[in-house]
Amino acid sequence: MNMNGGQALMKALENEGVDILFGLPGGAILPVYDPLIDSSIRHVLVRHEQGAGHMAEGYAHATGRPGVAMVTSGPAATNIVTPLCDAYMDSIPMVVVTGQVPYAAIGTDAFQECDTTGITMSVTKHNYLVTEAADIPQVIHDAFYIATTGRPGPVLVDIPKDIVDPNNPRSAMEWYTPDSHDLPGYLPNQAGDAELIRQAAKLICEAERPVLYTGGGILKSRGAEALLELAEMTGIPVVTTLMNRGGFPDDHPLCLGMPGMHGNYTAVTAMQEADLLIALGARFDDRVTGKVGEFAPLAKIIHVDIDSAELGKVRRPDVAIQGDCRVVIEELVKALKEMGGSEAQPDRNQWRSRISGWQERFPLTYEQSKGDELLKPQYVLEQLRDSTPSDTIVASGVGQHQMWTSQYWKFNHPYTWVNSGGLGTMGFAIPAAIGAKAGRPDRMVWAVDGDGCFQMTAQELVTAATEGFPIKVALINNAYLGMVRQWQEMFYEERYSEVYLTRDVPDYKMWAEALGCVGLRVESPEEVGPAIAQANEIDDQPVVVEFRCEAEENVFPMVPAGMSNSDVVVDPSQRDQPR
Amino acid sequence: MSAADGGGTTTLVVRVENKAGVLARVAGLFARRGFNIESLAVAPTDDERFSRLTIVVGVDAAPMEQVVKQLDKLVNVVDIRELNPSASVERELMMVTVRANPEIRGQILDLVRIFQATVLNVGYDEIMVSLTGSPSRVDDFEDLLRPYGIVDVQRTGKVALPKLVKAAPDPLAP
Repeated sequence: MNMNGGQALMKALENEGVDILFGLPGGAILPVYDPLIDSSIRHVLVRHEQGAGHMAEGYAHATGRPGVAMVTSGPAATNIVTPLCDAYMDSIPMVVVTGQVPYAAIGTDAFQECDTTGITMSVTKHNYLVTEAADIPQVIHDAFYIATTGRPGPVLVDIPKDIVDPNNPRSAMEWYTPDSHDLPGYLPNQAGDAELIRQAAKLICEAERPVLYTGGGILKSRGAEALLELAEMTGIPVVTTLMNRGGFPDDHPLCLGMPGMHGNYTAVTAMQEADLLIALGARFDDRVTGKVGEFAPLAKIIHVDIDSAELGKVRRPDVAIQGDCRVVIEELVKALKEMGGSEAQPDRNQWRSRISGWQERFPLTYEQSKGDELLKPQYVLEQLRDSTPSDTIVASGVGQHQMWTSQYWKFNHPYTWVNSGGLGTMGFAIPAAIGAKAGRPDRMVWAVDGDGCFQMTAQELVTAATEGFPIKVALINNAYLGMVRQWQEMFYEERYSEVYLTRDVPDYKMWAEALGCVGLRVESPEEVGPAIAQANEIDDQPVVVEFRCEAEENVFPMVPAGMSNSDVVVDPSQRDQPR
Repeated sequence: MSAADGGGTTTLVVRVENKAGVLARVAGLFARRGFNIESLAVAPTDDERFSRLTIVVGVDAAPMEQVVKQLDKLVNVVDIRELNPSASVERELMMVTVRANPEIRGQILDLVRIFQATVLNVGYDEIMVSLTGSPSRVDDFEDLLRPYGIVDVQRTGKVALPKLVKAAPDPLAP
């Protein structure tokens, strides 16, 4: 079938099962926006290209399917670099199509030209500069394959204008449906080594104080059910990192919650005291380990990861298994069953009682606001958690509100937590929530945002309003760049430098209304519940609820940067408790 | 120690797809970690779909393991071999132009003869010679020529292949 490159691009995307595209047109990508009109793919017109990227990420987080964004050349391409880097750090499957100046003009400093593949080389799993129209079907097929297999990640496809422009003879091509990949250097392996899995099973059967340290690889591999089986069969407690909140139910008796810099005391301390850490799709991030040399000093390590470069990168494992988390866990369960299953597990009552002792002495805690104090953000999050369906999808920005959300929410379903973990991208929440809602229109989607974050990407609420994505935003307005303020209070002798954002400017209620949303403002504890109920009722418009919160509230527990996890700083009210 | 001495260096032989931009991806990986590439030789292999890169980098073993794993993750990298200098045969080509007045030309030709180098071009007061050999032999030759005044020198960077097995297999082995 004769067609032009632009038609071929749309057909190739359709063939990959793409149902929605987040983008914004411009000069170089213009010819592709014409065949888009005749395509089955829905296009969501964003207000800033960064929004398109984060929407694609949110979509991928919520559905497991690759998110797709399409933008033009030059400044549009540079605007989407942040989402690409974010997706790269958090292993999010994403395909980004960028326009490029005509092939013959590349390298001439043409209008809106930039070296997109050069700029994005280090923030993508792979990228392509397509030079011939005939290559488009194969490159798109390969791009989706690379983005979604092995360790998932973003792939960028840069397309010069001439090969998609029907007025240019270079765009003429004959359609073909690619049915294979010629990628001799890319052979992702899923299965773990059977002998290593047996060794891991043996270590598990010998461990007296084991902890399952579970990361984003659980969710990426659709491994939550397998993890549940492993945990229940062995009775081993589970910590869920920021990237695996929801990968193991918070209300499960074996769940210890989030570890790390703002993890809860029990999760942090259980890892410190463990004699075996079973790391599943986790990467020993500095925010989890604290001072690496003093992290889990007594523990042997079993490390399972799809990416062999993670094995031994930070901590030398005793057993390193390269493979897909779900596949390896299933094999591990089999191996453990052959060794006697639950019966073969040692008596760990003492370990369990130490853990429950920590849980009793060091629960998450805060002081409710008194008198005319503003709201406590933790209270707002508890109320929001308790008045939304349990499968609500929660997206967050980055900072204190993100940590409080991860701490106080009860994640009992996989794929309900959408956040920027590795890169820590402020402004992630609103566009990511829109992407999640696009992928899961049946679910209630709340974005929990800070006032600093909100001001970075609020314009995408226009996209939400006009494209029909009735997300809800809980805006935790504490008038500060709160996490930075907390660090200045704790580590810079309360010398506050450039962290005050002001309490009343902008007027968030009016701004929300101007953006096409319902705007609500809450100032006292008794208004919190009714405002959330009102927001939950609205399903034809986005809603922004501004919660006016105390500025001085800090996130605890906290392991100060560079310190050992054994030096975790607990809430002031718990500092006299025996450790 | 210089790279050619093999001190604190690792030689990586990397087979890559012969496509535009692949060298930049490989070089970028080293640059991002602050590793300087001491030498680099690139040429297509007998199979024209692939090129072979011989990269000499001066780094410790521990970060090297991480670099090799990261290199292996590049979609265009097909395979990587780390070559230990003692287990490989290494060769490098040097072309060098040396000051050589007629009265000292003979001394230089003596060195050319001793090293089995080749005279490529002769000027009225200069001489251009080439030498192929192990990197340390090429170093020696360059050191000996230096006092005469090196006008221009270009070395290719080393290429290497693993040493071959010497012992024939035991015919009685199962």
